[in-house]
Amino acid sequence: MIALQTPVSHDIAVWVAGLLGMADNWLFHAIGMLVVASAVLILVVTPVGLGGVYLERKLAGRMQNRRGPNRVGPYGLLQTLADGVKLLAKEDIIRRGTDEVLFRLAPYVVFFTAFAGFVVLPFGPGLLAADLDVGIFFFLSMIGLETIGIVMAGWSSNNKWSLLGSMREVAQVISYELPLGIAAMCTVLAAGTMSIQGIVDYQEGGIFSWMILRNGYWAIVMVPCFLVFYVSALAAAKRAPFDLPEAESELVAGFHTEYSGMRFGMFFLPEYALMLSLSGITTALFLGGYHDPFGMSSVGGMFHGVWWWGVGWFFLKATFLFLSQIALRWTLPRLRIDQVMYLSYKVLLPISMVCLVVTALLRLIP
Amino acid sequence: MTTEIQGVKLDEAERSTPVLPRDISTDELVFNMGPQHPSTHGVLRVVMRTDGEVVLGCQPLIGNLHRCCEKILENLTYVQGLPYVDRMDYLAALNMEIGLVLAVERAAEIEVPKRAQYLRVIMCELNRVISHLFSAGQFGLDMGAFTPFLYMFREREEGISVINEVTGGRLLYHYIRYGGVTRDVSKDWLGKVLKFCDRVESHMDEYNNLLTYNHIFLKRSAGVALIDRETCLRFGVTGPVLRGAGVKRDMRKDMPYSSYEDFDFDLVTAPCDEGVVGDAWNRHRVRLLEILESIRIIRQAVEKLPDTEIAHKKVTRGWKAPPGEAYVASEAPRGEISCYFVSDGGKFPYRARMRGPSFYNISVITQTCRGLLIGDMIALLGSVDITLGEVDR
Repeated sequence: MIALQTPVSHDIAVWVAGLLGMADNWLFHAIGMLVVASAVLILVVTPVGLGGVYLERKLAGRMQNRRGPNRVGPYGLLQTLADGVKLLAKEDIIRRGTDEVLFRLAPYVVFFTAFAGFVVLPFGPGLLAADLDVGIFFFLSMIGLETIGIVMAGWSSNNKWSLLGSMREVAQVISYELPLGIAAMCTVLAAGTMSIQGIVDYQEGGIFSWMILRNGYWAIVMVPCFLVFYVSALAAAKRAPFDLPEAESELVAGFHTEYSGMRFGMFFLPEYALMLSLSGITTALFLGGYHDPFGMSSVGGMFHGVWWWGVGWFFLKATFLFLSQIALRWTLPRLRIDQVMYLSYKVLLPISMVCLVVTALLRLIP
Repeated sequence: MTTEIQGVKLDEAERSTPVLPRDISTDELVFNMGPQHPSTHGVLRVVMRTDGEVVLGCQPLIGNLHRCCEKILENLTYVQGLPYVDRMDYLAALNMEIGLVLAVERAAEIEVPKRAQYLRVIMCELNRVISHLFSAGQFGLDMGAFTPFLYMFREREEGISVINEVTGGRLLYHYIRYGGVTRDVSKDWLGKVLKFCDRVESHMDEYNNLLTYNHIFLKRSAGVALIDRETCLRFGVTGPVLRGAGVKRDMRKDMPYSSYEDFDFDLVTAPCDEGVVGDAWNRHRVRLLEILESIRIIRQAVEKLPDTEIAHKKVTRGWKAPPGEAYVASEAPRGEISCYFVSDGGKFPYRARMRGPSFYNISVITQTCRGLLIGDMIALLGSVDITLGEVDR
């Protein structure tokens, strides 16, 4: 069994280093850990992202009296893969007048930052790539960094719709990072640590240890906090009703109008990766992470340290949030840009500020 | 002084008056919206001047779908020419047909049997229902709501199938002919029409809950993209846009044709339970309420359908209209479709000038777009609801 609270990539790296007789070489160990961590993440997250795309299309189909994908593979399961192959085979068009360096670089920046968020996400007991002391900061900064990739795409495309889309993206993500960050700070304040693993550990022991319902009365501050975080996460992931940067009825396709083939795919998959990582982080911060609501995964419990139990609960909760995002997308119309700004600065930000103060006061109560 | 950008002359005087007060000077962006933009409902090209997201002015450039409809009518026999008008407003083909047919019939003094008149009413109202379902759904799609669009499409498909059973067409029907209609209908089919009416009516709450009274949708459309009464009248705007601005004008009431005077129905104007008169939301609401009125008319027509023949005499290939002229206006889903028809007694019509509602309705956007955000501009275009086939003809 994997030792508790040690990142799994560390264990694998130690094991590989031991096999090769390089256990004492710290440089080999460090590089090995990075390679293993990224390999594990790519191998785990990409199929999950593809599954997310499939889930969305299937669910959207069900909501709209359609069947959704059902031709490729059993139940259309391989549809996303087939689409990926199609994207790879398509012509890669770079228009005249584009800033080629930025144009080529932008999808990688977006792809990298969207996947980097998973590094600090604990999927189960001991199953995380790196337990950073500033895990939350790392995660939020990666969301902020994604904006840069999108600005690069919008600016270098030499297309006014793209430019407008990327401008909307910047305005939106910067506005929503404030309530997002402050809502996350409430949980940091409550748990007394910035490490996401630490926050998850803090929520051990049943549903009334979860941040959102902690001791019962914490709900008065954590429920609004959770809602602020959820809405801001929707906006940060550019999901409807906040999909203004790529509003297809207004801006054609927003910042990725000029992208084709796999370069478009490099924007498409990260959107789902970001949705998943944001669902995951919401789970970790507010819904007890990989802990089950019955306290069976807490110390002395039946499933304490059992990785599949934790992973199961984590994905159950994260998938629930993910599905709710999909349901929202296929139900609601899109907001207008000034309404998006209004919601951020005049509704969510004040609520999150009040929540922060109240959380600080609640901390004083032992 | 005018500047020319991408072949479009823009007025300098208009440019110098800022819509918003400025403390820093910024450059204007010129956006070329269309002809391949998803929200221009076809091949409309709109050149917009914007200050960031704020639209300063726009100019619709039409003609991409010009098909010489009127000229073709002058060069074909009466029987050959009729299917061409279907292609004008392809979403309401039967209403286009009746526009031409009524004018020719009045000029040639052809008597239409009562049953044919009632069948025309049933067909035109069915077409109005499916056209309004499409328009309302399309407006939702422009606002970013995809699902209501497909829900309305579900009913629209049903309606198309009903029409298809009699006319043999799903989009372009060629059903209404000079002097009557082509095919008679059965009792069985009338039952299907009533079933379709019930079905649309029962889903109306669903549309309203999902779209019309959705909070975000209200925020996006109520009080947005105002077209006031005077502007409407000045630009010759008709149809739901005019009625959405509170003007009571409907050819079915004002100049009843094809026995519309036999039916009891209300003229829908801006209900205004949200928003203000003349905004995008009221135009959308008028469409949905008109669906219910159309259903009322269909029910009465089905009930009262007289048992006569469907055409007194067949207008066949060699038919020549006697010399004369006539102007008849009728109400299509998008407004007033009217035809000025002149015959010199020859094999071909001498002139058949069609007045399409979308052409007049679209001209109003140059006046209304100023100061709107780009998102509102889409709301304006979507709620005015044009069909390019009929703008360009």
